[in-house]
Amino acid sequence: MPERLLKGVRGVGNRVVGGVWRLGYAARFFAVTLLRSGMSFRRFRSLTFREIYFAGVLSLIIIVVSGLFVGMVLALQGYETLQKYGSSEAVGTLVALSLVRELGPVVAALLFASRAGSAMTAEIGLMKATEQISAMEMMAVDPVARVIGPRFWGGVISMPLLAAIFSAVGVFGGYLIAVILIGVDAGAFWSQMQNAVDFRQDIVNGVIKSVVFGVAVTAIALFEGYDAPPTAEGVSGATTRTVVTSSLAILGLDFVLTAFMFKGI
Amino acid sequence: MENLVEIKDVNFSYDVRPVLKGVNMTVPRGKIVAIMGLSGCGKTTVLRMISGVLKPSSGTVTVGGRVVSELDQSGLYDMRRKMGMLFQFGALFTDMSALDNVAFQMREHTALPESMIQDLALMKLHAVGLRGAQHMMPSELSGGMARRVALARTIALDPMLIMYDEPFTGLDPITMGVISNLIRRLNEVLGTTSVIVTHDVQESLKIVDYVYFMADGVVVAQGTPDEIRKSEAPFVHQFVWGEIDGPMPFHYPGAPYAADLEMERARA
Repeated sequence: MPERLLKGVRGVGNRVVGGVWRLGYAARFFAVTLLRSGMSFRRFRSLTFREIYFAGVLSLIIIVVSGLFVGMVLALQGYETLQKYGSSEAVGTLVALSLVRELGPVVAALLFASRAGSAMTAEIGLMKATEQISAMEMMAVDPVARVIGPRFWGGVISMPLLAAIFSAVGVFGGYLIAVILIGVDAGAFWSQMQNAVDFRQDIVNGVIKSVVFGVAVTAIALFEGYDAPPTAEGVSGATTRTVVTSSLAILGLDFVLTAFMFKGI
Repeated sequence: MENLVEIKDVNFSYDVRPVLKGVNMTVPRGKIVAIMGLSGCGKTTVLRMISGVLKPSSGTVTVGGRVVSELDQSGLYDMRRKMGMLFQFGALFTDMSALDNVAFQMREHTALPESMIQDLALMKLHAVGLRGAQHMMPSELSGGMARRVALARTIALDPMLIMYDEPFTGLDPITMGVISNLIRRLNEVLGTTSVIVTHDVQESLKIVDYVYFMADGVVVAQGTPDEIRKSEAPFVHQFVWGEIDGPMPFHYPGAPYAADLEMERARA
């Protein structure tokens, strides 16, 4: 019995030590990526632009479609409830605040993690598995500066833009439902929204969130790809871990950021 | 003749498993040297030592008079600019065309105008006979063509030392002949030095100047191709003529056969 107990304790210890070690490795990787980012900016047009295209532009369809539907659903649900209190014109405010403060950054980041993050992990993992990363090192080109850096900054730049587009399209979706379909007064819809949404408290806070999510998702995706065992199984496992870990990170960070931004007391 | 690469008393182990045990090798300038041996005998590890990816636990690896393990990252990168390495399956960058793959190092390391880079890359592709495939992506190339494009990329900056990691693996006989012919010709034309890690005995004995045989992390035999062919050393003989049984047993070491079978029966 003590043998088995000991084995169990050892197993737990091994996992904890392994986890902490990996976290440290990830932090070092992140620091090295930042330190060697010079090339991403010196050759912005040839390197980072391309990554903005892959991470940002190619994610546009899923972001726009999801944003539209989220906005439309918010308007439908919001109208039903607000109508009971006779303030159905406030549906514009509801849609805009929900999107700009919360749903825009969070849902866009979740979609970004599964669309662009997983693609980044798979790409880097396969580059490693097919020795492209080693080949680059052998050609005296630093893969962190040449491959990781531009992807990181491409992702970090794309994420807030995608969140902004998500919110904007969502507001338009809300307008379609509330004003065009249900017949809420357009003037009231827009003017109430304009009054209620504060630039510093709502828009800027939303942008801060989306930047943080962008850093988290991209860093996780790149690390998982770079750290993936160079096999088919390793790359598929890493891709899954990217989506799971970055989704959890987004939700956790969202709570922390919202708590810091909370002014209600 | 001056030696470009000198490996002296090198020991190396991954974790606790020793991979190299007191290896000594020299590669004279301008020659083609082959390192042969079974899979997992430490051949590729030797290449990684020469390129500075791994550091020996003891002993020294000297390339062009400089001890590789004492170089810092920028020193190592300076040295690697003068080295080329052909990977086992080419390792072409999958998001670039054949021409861009060859031009990659020129774009990264030189300030040459783009038109000149294009011309130089085309010349390298022409040297391997694939100028016509310049716009093809790696996914459109056959295995042999990919290996040739990778070879053109390896010689892009006219390296002083080219390392080949299993250059013949998975190729048909014609392509294999083409590649081995290219290796020989490029070595003469460019005046480089080559190290080939391979287990393809017949093909490589045709083109190399000197052979090191490795087994279990030590050099067990060495000599010119003729000496190797005539060698009576049991291991070399088995390897060169591909005999199934010999010093390298067919069976992986294990418990006695009978014991294993009886255990099976007891379980059932």
